[in-house]
Amino acid sequence: MKITRAEVEHVARLARLELSESELDTFTVQMDGILAYVDKLNTLNTDGIVPTSHAVPMENAFREDTLKDSIGVENAVANAPKHAESFFRVPKVIE
Amino acid sequence: MKYQVVIGLEVHTQLTTNTKIFCGCSTRFGSSPNSQTCPVCLGFPGALPVLNQKVVDYAIRAGLATNCSIAPRSIFARKNYFYPDLPKGYQISQFDLPICLNGHLDIEVDGVKKRIGITRIHMEEDAGKLVHADVAGIGDDSCVDLNRACTPLLEVVSEPDMRSPDEAIAYLKKLHEIVRYLGICDGNLEEGSFRCDANVSLMPVGSSVFGTRAELKNINSFRFIKQAIEYEMERQAEILDDGGKVVQETRLFDPNTGTTRSMRGKEEAHDYRYFPDPDLVPVIVDQAWIDQVRESLPELPDAKRARFTADLGLPEYDVEVLTASRELAEYFEETLGLFPQAKTVSNWVMGELTRALNDDGKEVTESPVSPAQLAELLKLVEKGTISGKIAKTVFDEMYKTGKKPEEIVAEKGLVQVSDTSAIEAIIDEVLAREAGQVAEYRSGKDKLFGFFVGQVMKASKGKANPGVVNELLLKKLQG
Repeated sequence: MKITRAEVEHVARLARLELSESELDTFTVQMDGILAYVDKLNTLNTDGIVPTSHAVPMENAFREDTLKDSIGVENAVANAPKHAESFFRVPKVIE
Repeated sequence: MKYQVVIGLEVHTQLTTNTKIFCGCSTRFGSSPNSQTCPVCLGFPGALPVLNQKVVDYAIRAGLATNCSIAPRSIFARKNYFYPDLPKGYQISQFDLPICLNGHLDIEVDGVKKRIGITRIHMEEDAGKLVHADVAGIGDDSCVDLNRACTPLLEVVSEPDMRSPDEAIAYLKKLHEIVRYLGICDGNLEEGSFRCDANVSLMPVGSSVFGTRAELKNINSFRFIKQAIEYEMERQAEILDDGGKVVQETRLFDPNTGTTRSMRGKEEAHDYRYFPDPDLVPVIVDQAWIDQVRESLPELPDAKRARFTADLGLPEYDVEVLTASRELAEYFEETLGLFPQAKTVSNWVMGELTRALNDDGKEVTESPVSPAQLAELLKLVEKGTISGKIAKTVFDEMYKTGKKPEEIVAEKGLVQVSDTSAIEAIIDEVLAREAGQVAEYRSGKDKLFGFFVGQVMKASKGKANPGVVNELLLKKLQG
C-alpha cells in the first residue's frame, strides 16, 4: 500500500473536504493506484540530475517596483459572499 | 533542577519597496481597507503573480550584510493552510531553496562576544489582516482587510544559538540596526514592520540535548520579547520540575498580563504540504548581480563604529550615540567633512542638534539646520567671531529660522568682542560698581574671580571674548 485510509482522511481534512465512508474507501484505492503508477519513476537512475521544480524552461521573470492602480474597494469586494463597508466579512475564527 | 534556556529567533522584516512582492499595488501603511488590492493580491483565480525585482535586490543585501551565501538558484513554494486573512489558501514563500543560507551575526553581551548563526533568509508574501472592527450589523463576524496581503517580507531564521534573553535581545537589536542601515526595512515594531517569533526550550544545565520548544508569537517590542522569553522559561521550568512534559506548540504573548497562552487547535495546520509554485519561475542570481549589490551596500554599523573609534578617536559613548542610526551618522560625517574636528562636531550633534530635534519631534533627516550650516557655525567659533556660548544662541535661531549663522550674527550684533579697549571699559565699569567685592577679593577672597568674570560677560551680553576677559580682569584686579 502506498497510502493508508487514515492518510487520505488526514489530507481531506487539511483540504477541508468532507468525505463519506464509502468515498474514503474509493479514494484510498484510487490514490493508491495513482501513487503506484508514479512510483515507476523511482526505477530510473536520477544520479546527478537536478530535481525539476518547473515544467517550463524559464527563469528570472521580474517586474519593476513601480506602482499600478489598484482596482478599487468596490471591485475588490464585489464578488465576496459578504462584505461590511469596505471589509470582507467572514465568520469568526475560534482559536 | 537548574535549566539552560535555548533560544532561536524568526524575524519577519517588511521591505520598504513601493509595491507589493507580486503585484503593483502600494505597500503604504494605514490606508483605508482593501483600497490597495488587485486580482493578484486578492487571490482571484487566474491572476499571475510576477516577482518584484527589488525584493530580490533587498534579499541579497540582507544576505551579504549577515554573512550569508547567496543561492545561485532559488525557488518559491506554496505553503498551504486555511485562514481568512490568506485569500489564496496558500502563502507564497520559499522552502527548500531559499535565497540566502548559512550566515551569522556577532553580538556582545556584558563584554562577552558571541557568534549567532543565521540558518536562512527567505522571501515571502505577508497575509492580510483579520480585524474585529466595530461595524454595525455584522454581529459576531470578523472583517478582513487585504491591503497588507502580498506585502514583501524577508524572514530571517537564526540557529538556536542564544542562551539568555539578553543574547536574544542583542541579536535582534543588531539585526534591526542592519536592516535599517541597509534601507530595506523601516524597523517599525509597532506597525509590524519588524516582527519576531521566538522558539524557546529548556534543557538541564550541562546537557547538550535540546528540550521540546514552544514558539512564541505576537511580540512587538524588544521589552516584550524579553518578558515573553522570561515568562516562558519560568513556565517550562515549573512543568519540568513537576515531572511533566513541555508540549510543542505555538503560544501567543499577551502584553497586558506579560504571559503566554496556548493557541489550541493550530497543530494540524502545521502540515503545510509545501510544493514549488508553478506561477513563479526560478530566481537565478549570478556573481555579477551579487557584486553589483555588494558595491551598493552602505558601510555597516560595526565597521562604522570601528572606524569612528580608531580613525576619529571618539569615546565609546559618542560612537554608540552617533551610529545609532545611519542618518545621524551620515549627518555627523557630512559636518565633519566640512569641519574636521571630530569631538567638537560630535558634541554639537549629540548635544544641541539632538536636543532641538527631540524637543521638536523631528528626525535628523528633517533638521532645519543642515550639516553645511552647522559646520559654518563651528567655523565662526573657531575663528573667534563668536563665543561658544553665543554659538548656542545662534544655533537655536538657525534651527528656528533656517537662516545662515553669519546672517544671524550680523543681524543680532552677536560678534564676539576681542578688542581690549572695549573690554577694558566694561571691566572698569563692573569693578567700579562692585567696589565692595573688589576689596574683599584683594584681601584674599580669590574665589570671587569667577563672579567678576560672570559680571563682565553679562555686561557684554555674552559677547566679550572670555580669554581676553580673564587676562585683563586678572591684570586689573592685581593692579
